[in-house]
Amino acid sequence: MNIFVAFRKEWLELLRSYRLLVVAIVLVFFGLTSPLFDKMMPEILSAFPTGGITIQMPAPTVGDAIGQYIKNMAQFGLVLALLLTVGTIAQEKDKGTAAMMLVKPLPRGSFVLSKYLGITAMFAISLAIAAIGCYYYTMLLFETLDVVHWLALNGLILLYTLVYAALTLFCSTLTRSQVVAGGLAIVLFVILGAISSIGTLGKYLPGELVNWGMRVMQGDTTASWVSFGVSVGLIAVSLLAGWLVFRRQEL
Amino acid sequence: MPAIRIEELRKVFGSFVALDGLSLSVDEGVVFGFLGPNGAGKTTTIRILTSLAHATSGHAWVAGKDVTINGHEIARQIGYLPEDPAFYNWMNPREFLDYIGRVFGMPSTERTARVKELLALAGLEEAAKRRIGGFSRGMRQRLGLAQALFNHPDILFLDEPASALDPAGRKEVLEFIEQQRGQCTVFMSTHILADVDRVCDMVGIINRGKLVTASPREALLERYAIPAFEVEVDTQSMVGISQWSESLGRQPWVKSVSVDGQVARVIVNNLEVAKRELLASIAQAGLILIRYEILRSSLEDVFLRLVEQEEVRP
Repeated sequence: MNIFVAFRKEWLELLRSYRLLVVAIVLVFFGLTSPLFDKMMPEILSAFPTGGITIQMPAPTVGDAIGQYIKNMAQFGLVLALLLTVGTIAQEKDKGTAAMMLVKPLPRGSFVLSKYLGITAMFAISLAIAAIGCYYYTMLLFETLDVVHWLALNGLILLYTLVYAALTLFCSTLTRSQVVAGGLAIVLFVILGAISSIGTLGKYLPGELVNWGMRVMQGDTTASWVSFGVSVGLIAVSLLAGWLVFRRQEL
Repeated sequence: MPAIRIEELRKVFGSFVALDGLSLSVDEGVVFGFLGPNGAGKTTTIRILTSLAHATSGHAWVAGKDVTINGHEIARQIGYLPEDPAFYNWMNPREFLDYIGRVFGMPSTERTARVKELLALAGLEEAAKRRIGGFSRGMRQRLGLAQALFNHPDILFLDEPASALDPAGRKEVLEFIEQQRGQCTVFMSTHILADVDRVCDMVGIINRGKLVTASPREALLERYAIPAFEVEVDTQSMVGISQWSESLGRQPWVKSVSVDGQVARVIVNNLEVAKRELLASIAQAGLILIRYEILRSSLEDVFLRLVEQEEVRP
């Protein structure tokens, strides 16, 4: 199966280009520091001279630490999804490696899908390490978290990140220029953000996955399956559209 | 069945016509030189034949399959080297060739042996573990040829394979191509006439997206040969050569005669008559002959003449 051959190459590239390492370091850093900063912030602030001003800090809670973690992972996940996905296909077209490889019996669908699987593996591994680190620090500094809830939260953050990776990958199939692909992806992100702010539409879009994750950690059982379905659908549509565009594209 | 057949191929980019009804046929097993000035449509033709680009109209068959309808069918039968081959610079050549072998679905043992064989053929055994990113242009070109040959292709497409190389690199690449003679059909585009002269059996000349001519190299040279002779005489015959040239110019089979010192250049109307009469005429004039030569057109003469003819056509 050529998809495995192509994925193997993507995996090797993630390792050799240090992309996996960079993403892992960034996510692990914010994963570890989220509970740590939350716990230490009152002590850090008290160490600075305040000039007689009294700063009242609420006692740090596990909810704050998790909130900070979700915020960091969602924000940096989105930024990394954009930065590390935007060149995956555009750059290969521009450099000529796509032409070299695609005259061989490597289907274009396998080429596109292997890129996405590589990105998925990169985020899944990095997020898993970050989640383990955050779980451990939260346990040390606050309390032990429910493992199933924690897994569910991180699964939802991963899905949220992968939606943006899929949209960016689609943009990468449209052009040879990474800058143009990046610009298009940002426009798509902005459009998605704008739609989210219209009435209650946001409840059905990928952004809701992050809120759902927060609710899971708070013990709230209100699910957002529509948002989940829309996110999976957006990934599928982005990949399908990317393949349809790329399938007939001149290289 | 020809290895490649092209019929009325057209490719238009906006208002620019890159290919204008190109028709061509290349027999199996030949080294075909596709000659043309820059921008003539050589690369566009190869990109269509390898299914990297789509024709605006017309058809092209490679190994009997119409690539304008479903180009991917020929992927296992062709090899392709672009003008500027691109690689994954983080790989070494062994890894890159291994990856190509995996794409072709070659079993592990066979793949390892083929990688070793091609590294040797490309002269990259010592550099097998070096990153491709640090390779010279010549090394990249040889690796490009090796990857193009991985699947023992029936048809090998080479786009300007030696154009950007230094003389040593060119020599290596041309020798590499010569080794393929008889093993596969080679379709090689170039604007370097000396390369075609050296390795190609057949020549096709393209200009402004149209085929000017296509024929075996020797036949092309023969057909467009300038019927001329060069005669060089001894210094003692320098006076006699002028008188001889005047009388020779009056012969019906002679078009013109020019003399420069001891050398006379005779352009004739009828090559066969000239072959019989010219030497006799020199002997009759009592000239002491040092050199007698039937001038042979170079491919460059033929190419320039044909392209110039095309340029003046409306």
